[in-house]
Amino acid sequence: MRKYFDRELEALNTGLVEMGAQIESAIENAVKALETSNADYARKAIELDSKVNSMEKDIESRCLRLLLQQHPVASDLRLISVAMKMITDMERIGDQAADIAEITLRYEEKQFIKELVDIPKMAQAAIKMVHESIDAFVKRDLALAKSVILYDDFVDELFTIIRNDLIELIHADKNNGEQALDLFMITKYLERIADHAVNIAEWVVFSMTGQHKDYE
Amino acid sequence: MNKFELRDVNLFYGDFQALKNINLDIKANKITAFIGPSGCGKSTLLKTLNRMNDLVEGCRINGQILLDGQDIYGDIDVNHLRKNVGMVFQKPNPFPMSIYDNIAYGPRTHGIKKKAILDEIVEKSLRDAALWDETKDRLRKNALALSGGQQQRLCIARALAVEPKVLLMDEPTSALDPISTAKIEELVLELKNDYTIIIVTHNMQQATRISDETVFFLLGELIEANDTETLFSFPREQKTEDYITGRFG
Repeated sequence: MRKYFDRELEALNTGLVEMGAQIESAIENAVKALETSNADYARKAIELDSKVNSMEKDIESRCLRLLLQQHPVASDLRLISVAMKMITDMERIGDQAADIAEITLRYEEKQFIKELVDIPKMAQAAIKMVHESIDAFVKRDLALAKSVILYDDFVDELFTIIRNDLIELIHADKNNGEQALDLFMITKYLERIADHAVNIAEWVVFSMTGQHKDYE
Repeated sequence: MNKFELRDVNLFYGDFQALKNINLDIKANKITAFIGPSGCGKSTLLKTLNRMNDLVEGCRINGQILLDGQDIYGDIDVNHLRKNVGMVFQKPNPFPMSIYDNIAYGPRTHGIKKKAILDEIVEKSLRDAALWDETKDRLRKNALALSGGQQQRLCIARALAVEPKVLLMDEPTSALDPISTAKIEELVLELKNDYTIIIVTHNMQQATRISDETVFFLLGELIEANDTETLFSFPREQKTEDYITGRFG
């Protein structure tokens, strides 16, 4: 009875999953670029960002068309409105992965002022959160979405540790300042990526329960 | 505050049970929408609220329907009930007489004869139904010459003329174009300050636009009653979800 609408919703779902895969790949490439100082990974992350931007536009148009044509209600309305919120967060994740990649391009031939231990740990945590928030959406897994929200505390702790390390490095030698600032920017981008993953997870919770923590 | 309270209401047409154990509170000065597929009992229930079903042969009803705490199936004057609970139907049904006489008809049957009072009632009712400006210069013209949308607003004005407490509307815009529909919807929203309104509609968007509460019926049963925003965004019952999203019905 609503074959066309169901097909469109399925396509919307698929689009979100594909966009999710692209942003995960973008972060992974940005982090590899950081860990290996290989510019190819950085360029790949930047390339993926523009792909993610165009996917956002496509999904947004699809959502607006469905709102116009179908006047969705109940779970259909929640899926479409959540999709529109999710793509905004996903697009920002793509931007931040590209921002990290751009910074790493400056370090192709240079040594870092410190061995990178906590930043890759933080990057892995952010990637896990992005992956699991999208997985929670695909599988409609409420427990997984909630665990993503809680996991953000771990990323925030790492952020504070790295920040303090970088302050000490600047205190130790002011020539470390420029690189410490770059590393701090990367850390901040990773922290924001984790926040966007939390936003996605919160929208998954809303789509399943009708409750959003910001509106409680 | 509740205007109507329905307790264990069952209604039968002969052997067929059209309403099954309905329990429902209808709040005063709110717009309540009844939705559900054809044959679900929503119009039947609407008609029980001013005892229009009394006229249907073989119709039996049990349970209690209280209007302002009084049992409308108890020892009451049915004419008085119908004065208090007015009705507007799907198809505009003006009487084949002048616009003025259509509005004055109800008050006259209730004993008002003085022209000055009737003039006042006619003007107020037409103003309340947002029809005064369009008809004030042709009150003596036949009501059947009005457009469909105007005729429906005339029927609303006619219902308002006897100062009811409740207005029952059975798909009042299903025969109207979008402009006339929008006018009636605006009007209904205005009227809720002074009246309790219950509207049967097949138009989900209309229910979401104008109603405060929505009640979903299926096969004579009340499936879900909720505030409209909740019912259309996060229905409690799977049957409601399936119906409003068009998965059946």
